[in-house]
Amino acid sequence: MKNFVPVFKRELGAYFNSPVAYVFLFIFLIATGGCSFWLGGFYERMQADLSSFFMWHPWLYLFLIPAVGMRLWAEERKSGTIELLFTLPVTLPEAVLAKFAAAWCFIGIALLMTFPIVLTVGYLGNPDYGVIICSYLGSFLMAGAYLAIASLTSAMTKNQVISFVLSVMICFVLVLTGLGVFTQALSNWFSVGVADFLSMFSFSTHFQSLQRGVVDSRDVVYFVSMIVTLLLANMMVLEQKKHQ
Amino acid sequence: MIVVKDLVKEFGVHKAVDRISFEIQKGEILGFLGPNGAGKSTTMKMLTCFLAPTSGFISVDGIATDLDPQTVKTRIGYLPETSASYTDMNVTEFLKFIGEVRGFSGLQLAERVEAVIQKCFLESVRFQTIDTLSKGYRQRVGFAQAILHDPPVLILDEPTDGLDPNQKHEVRNLIRNMGKEKCIILSTHILEEVEELCTRVIIISKGRIVADGKPDEIRARSSEYYNIDLSIHQVESNLAATKLKSITGVKAVEVLPSTHSGLVNFRIVPEKHENLLGQVSELARKENWVLENLSLLPGKLDDVFRSLTMEGRA
Repeated sequence: MKNFVPVFKRELGAYFNSPVAYVFLFIFLIATGGCSFWLGGFYERMQADLSSFFMWHPWLYLFLIPAVGMRLWAEERKSGTIELLFTLPVTLPEAVLAKFAAAWCFIGIALLMTFPIVLTVGYLGNPDYGVIICSYLGSFLMAGAYLAIASLTSAMTKNQVISFVLSVMICFVLVLTGLGVFTQALSNWFSVGVADFLSMFSFSTHFQSLQRGVVDSRDVVYFVSMIVTLLLANMMVLEQKKHQ
Repeated sequence: MIVVKDLVKEFGVHKAVDRISFEIQKGEILGFLGPNGAGKSTTMKMLTCFLAPTSGFISVDGIATDLDPQTVKTRIGYLPETSASYTDMNVTEFLKFIGEVRGFSGLQLAERVEAVIQKCFLESVRFQTIDTLSKGYRQRVGFAQAILHDPPVLILDEPTDGLDPNQKHEVRNLIRNMGKEKCIILSTHILEEVEELCTRVIIISKGRIVADGKPDEIRARSSEYYNIDLSIHQVESNLAATKLKSITGVKAVEVLPSTHSGLVNFRIVPEKHENLLGQVSELARKENWVLENLSLLPGKLDDVFRSLTMEGRA
C-alpha cells in the first residue's frame, strides 16, 4: 500500500483543481441548508435537534454523490490516463482504495462544512451532541456506501452520464426499499417477510437508527460491508477489463 | 532484455495479435511498424502489463509479466499512444506525482523532476496546467514521465506524433542518446523516423510479424533496391537504352520522363540484387556520355512496407 498516499493526494487534489469541488460544495451547502430550514421546518418544529437536517441526506446524496463518483474511473478510461495509472507500479487495490478514499474524504469535507447548522442549533437550544455526532457518523458511512456504488458503475463504463444514471437508479432502489410507504406496499403484494428482508438491505433503514443516536453495530457493519463488497466488485470489474 | 513468445491477444472473435515472437537486447532501438489496427499498440499494452495476453509469454529484464507485473512495471518507462496525463495538474505537480509513485521522495525526487524538465525542454511551462499546453508540449510531458525513473526499458507509442519538425528532431536525438544504454521499442508509421533512429525493424500486419531485421536488410527487399538512376545529356534515348540493356545482369531499362530538355533519364533494373554501378559507368565512359547523375538506389522501406502490409487487402 505504499502508493496509496500519492494516488490519494492526486485524486483529492483533482477535485480542488477543477470547478467540480466548488460547485459541489456550494450546491451541497445550499441544498442541505435549504432542505432543513424550508422543507424540514427547522424552526417550526421548535426542537433543538438536527433531524430536519439529516432526514434529507439520503435524498440529497442520491444525486450529489453519483455526481462526485461518476468521474472516478469513467474519466480515466475516457482520457486514457487509466493506461498511465496501471502501467505505473500501482496495484489494483491501491488504486481503487485511494481513489475511493479521496472521493469519500472530499464528501467528508463537504459534510464538515455544514458545521454552522450545529452552531445554530446549539445557540438556539440545548441539543444532544451525542445524537448529532452519531448522525454525522451515520451520514458519512451512508455517503461511503453511495460512493462505492458510484465507483462501481463508473468502472463499468467510460461514459460518465451512463455511470451517473446507473448509480442514481441503484441508490434510489436502496433508499426506497426502506421507506414505510414502500415496505407497506411490498408487504401487501408479497408478505411481511419479503418486505422486511428487502428493507434490511436499504440505506434508509440503517441510517434511521443511526440518526436516532443509537450506534448499533449492525448498522455500522451493514455500511462497512456494503462498501467492502462493492469495492471488491469494483476491483473485479477493472481486472476483467484487463483481460477483456 | 525483452522476450516475447507466441503472444496472442483476442478481443472476442477478433485476433488483434496473432502469435508474435521476438527478442530485444540492450542497446537496440526497435521500430515497430504497421498500418493502423495492425496490433502495435495492443502488443505494447501487453508488454507494459496494461492488458493481459490471451496466451503466450512475455518477460522483461528476466521477469515474466504474468508472475510479477509490479516489478516489471518498475523496469519500464511507457509513453502511451495518447500521451495521456492528468490534465488538471501543472507540469511539475504531475511529474512529482509520477516520481512519488516511482518511489522517489525528498531531495532525490526534486532532482529527478528537475532533470527531466531540463532534458525534455519543459522549463518554460513548468508551472503551466497540462490542460493549457499544446500537443507538442504534452507529448514532451509524456516523454518526461516515461524517463523519470531512468528505466532500462522504454516503450514509446508514437513518440513524435503531433510534433513540429524541430521538436521531432529534438525527441529523436533524445531517443538516440538513450538508446545506447537502454532497450527501446517505439511504434510509428513515419518511415523516415525508423530509418533515422532504429537499429532494428519489425513490420507487423494483421497481428502477425511480416518482417524482422535491420533497416538495411528490410530495405533490400524493396523492388527498387540496387536499381541505378542515370541521366545523360543529349543522347538518343532508344539507342542508349539498348546499349545499357546489353550489360550482363541488366533485367530492364526504363526511360523516365525528363524535366529538362536535352536530358534523358534512365532507370536500370538489375537481374538479381547486384551492384552494376561499375559496368554502367564503364559503358558511359566508352560512349562518351555527358552524365548529369549516376546513382545507386538504396531501396525504400516505404515500398517494402506497402507490399508487405497491402497483401490480400485490395
